[in-house]
Amino acid sequence: MTETILATKGITKNFGALRASHDISIDLRAGEIHAIIGPNGAGKSTLIGQICGSLTPDAGRVELLGRDVTDLSTDQRARAGLGRTFQISALAMEDTVLENATLGALGASGPPWRFWASALGDKSLRDKAEAALERVGLAEARAKRCSDLSHGQRRQLEVAVALTLNPKAFVMDEPMAGLGAAGSKELTTFLDTLRHEAPILLVEHDMDAVFALADRISVLVYGEVIATGTVDEIRNDPRVREAYLGESA
Amino acid sequence: MSTILILEQVLNGLQFGVMLFLMAAGLTLIFGVMGLINLAHGSLYMVGAFAAAAVAGLTGSFVLALIAALAAAALAGAVIEIAVIRRLYNSDHLDQVLATFALILIFSEGTRWVFGSFPLFLDIPAALSGPVTLPGGIQYPLYRLTLIGAGLLVALGLWLLIERTRIGIQIRAGENDREMIAALGVDISKLYTLVFALGAALAGLAGALVGAIQSVQVGMGEPVLILAFVVIVIGGIGSIKGAFVGALLVGLTDTLVGIFLPEVLKLFMDAAPATSAGSSIASMSIYILMSLVLIWRPSGLFGARS
Amino acid sequence: MTRETLFNAALLLGLIAVPAWAVLADEPFTITLATRAVILALAAAGLNIALGIGGLVSLGHAVFFGIGGYAMGILAHHAQSYTNLMDWPFVIPGTKFMPVIWLVAIVTSALAALVIGILSLRTTGAYFIMITLAFGQMFFYFAISWSAYGGEDGMSIYVRNSFPGLNTLVPIQFYGLCLAMLVLVLIFSARLRRAPFGLALNAARQVPARLEAVGMDPTRLKLVAFVISGVITGLAGALFADLNRFVSPSMFSWQFSGEIMILVILGGVGRLFGPVAGAVTFVALEHFLGGITEFWHIILGLLLLAVVLFARGGITGLIAGKEVRHD
Repeated sequence: MTETILATKGITKNFGALRASHDISIDLRAGEIHAIIGPNGAGKSTLIGQICGSLTPDAGRVELLGRDVTDLSTDQRARAGLGRTFQISALAMEDTVLENATLGALGASGPPWRFWASALGDKSLRDKAEAALERVGLAEARAKRCSDLSHGQRRQLEVAVALTLNPKAFVMDEPMAGLGAAGSKELTTFLDTLRHEAPILLVEHDMDAVFALADRISVLVYGEVIATGTVDEIRNDPRVREAYLGESA
Repeated sequence: MSTILILEQVLNGLQFGVMLFLMAAGLTLIFGVMGLINLAHGSLYMVGAFAAAAVAGLTGSFVLALIAALAAAALAGAVIEIAVIRRLYNSDHLDQVLATFALILIFSEGTRWVFGSFPLFLDIPAALSGPVTLPGGIQYPLYRLTLIGAGLLVALGLWLLIERTRIGIQIRAGENDREMIAALGVDISKLYTLVFALGAALAGLAGALVGAIQSVQVGMGEPVLILAFVVIVIGGIGSIKGAFVGALLVGLTDTLVGIFLPEVLKLFMDAAPATSAGSSIASMSIYILMSLVLIWRPSGLFGARS
Repeated sequence: MTRETLFNAALLLGLIAVPAWAVLADEPFTITLATRAVILALAAAGLNIALGIGGLVSLGHAVFFGIGGYAMGILAHHAQSYTNLMDWPFVIPGTKFMPVIWLVAIVTSALAALVIGILSLRTTGAYFIMITLAFGQMFFYFAISWSAYGGEDGMSIYVRNSFPGLNTLVPIQFYGLCLAMLVLVLIFSARLRRAPFGLALNAARQVPARLEAVGMDPTRLKLVAFVISGVITGLAGALFADLNRFVSPSMFSWQFSGEIMILVILGGVGRLFGPVAGAVTFVALEHFLGGITEFWHIILGLLLLAVVLFARGGITGLIAGKEVRHD
């Protein structure tokens, strides 16, 4: 059996009467892409929040490389090896592309208590940042201000920043959101190779991408995982068909 | 120390508290509905006090003075809302702070220009002067008692306005969803002017009422404004209930600690250093209270949890 | 060279040329004005790190200015009255020696900034503004009630404190000392904003969530920025007290906190030389308008309104263009 990198163990989260996550146990194994799908309001964002640390589960725990990280803050989890991308690009819009990428490299290189030498002049930081930009195809745009980027380029930069962290696991929140067909295809090809560096927990609405990429899929409905399995298993699962298509089981 | 003295100080604290509430209520309402942090609220307090002192000086009528205070502050509020403030609703807090700080400069110097640098005095009306005897034999100034009553009455009125009237519904809706109430056909800019003028009138009323027991002078508003901020931080931003509880807490803490701490310290040390240490610490007591609330509940006692 | 660089160079040149002219023309008052401008610029340069890079709208920076001032006042007061600051458990005498005074100003402002920062940074936005304002008022009232050190009246120092190798009683020498300090702080600020810390802090202002996601704690970054900022403003306070040979609770006042912020805004938020442009403008306005009318604050208020509503980049923005340069 392959090594489990990231796992949730029975996490539960309620907002008042709303059951946002109910006893969710999923795992992400080395080398795989595990996609989380589900209708709007199924609790995908809440799940990601608990995995990445912006929300604390009411019960259950989150494990990274076998270590319980439930009580760690978001930044501690990032340092422990969790690299995430945001559904809505979270980039420093006033800064350049290179500066944004350097930020990731900086986070991975330890605490930022350096007050004198230039960050962009630090060769190891800069090489790392440029390499990541190269990989997502943004090397040409490195000097551009982030606010001048197209939507697609911002999505690429999101991925590049996560790359600079050299994470043990990626958590990607709708990386394809708002990308055109060509952009989605390009990113799909890229993620396909990325999984061998670190596994990817992928929340995505673009079903073509999900079916093309996922080794396993978990279906989230009303805060519960109703099925986990390979693409074919999920396609043929009656409960999934019911949830998505309204067919009775 | 006698029970009478303690009760007297509790009443002083209450009186201070309800006056702070009049300030804090307007501030928190304006923040809640328009998302605006208004440093010039203290200037409106001052405008109320000066208007009252001027009209009382001319007519000798305290009632007319109060009406003048309400009208002048509401008018000043409406004017600055239309001329300056409404350009700031979509700005960040830094711009709001700077623009309203600029308004303080203009109001303070303008008032000094018109009225001069010497304080004015507003007399307590004859009908309300002198002490009354409360149950238990406590002698307490009638005017201060009236202030407590008036403050509580305004608090009740404000609660009824917000919970029970059409305007109140619109105000509450405005706190939640600007676009929604605009879509429902409410004239949002009129509503905002109205809310701002209402907050201003409350500040002006407080200025006039307090002006009769303190001197009326330029710069009187800002110390009260900052205390009102402390009230809001304690009570939770945007919450009228929080403003009420916070104001009473601050009023009572400030008054009681200032009186009793030196006495308590005298039990442990000599009288002179006890008095000076006591008054130093007492001057910080409400800020210590604020710090404790911040540690315990950063968004205030009744604030929405962040 | 960009227009902003040229503008900055012109400002710096003016800060050297005008006092040099004043020495030749025997105009000591001009040197005093220039010293005042340089010290205020230093205070504002402190705030500019918290506000300009970190986005922390602190309305309580007078706290640090006042602490720096009282560090000087208290130490010099004991030195000139030959009493000890403390006899037990250690004997701590006063001092008239600037480097020691500065060290004390730095340490005490850092401690105050740390405590105020930890409490205030539990919140953000409007709360942060109100809380820093409130803490400023707390120090103000504390200074008023601290009768051992002058209470409401403050304290006068008979002779300006000393610095090795200089005669600080000569206005231009004291000015040179203050200008050197300002230049050092500006160089430090320039390095800081390009250093890893500045890059991260700048991002913490714009997208705290991103910073967390790459493994950094935005609140801790802001706290460190707040402390650095407070220390620089505290140092300015010590110099300001030495300029006037007087400290009083008004150094802690909310008006002064507002004024420091005005300096930053007038000059241009986040601009390296913004505080300098702001302070020079402010002192010039104060001097010239103040000579015309005692109600010059009305004009200052109108000017500030105009900057906020119509000229977001401040003076530097008007002269050198809107965008903050990146390279």
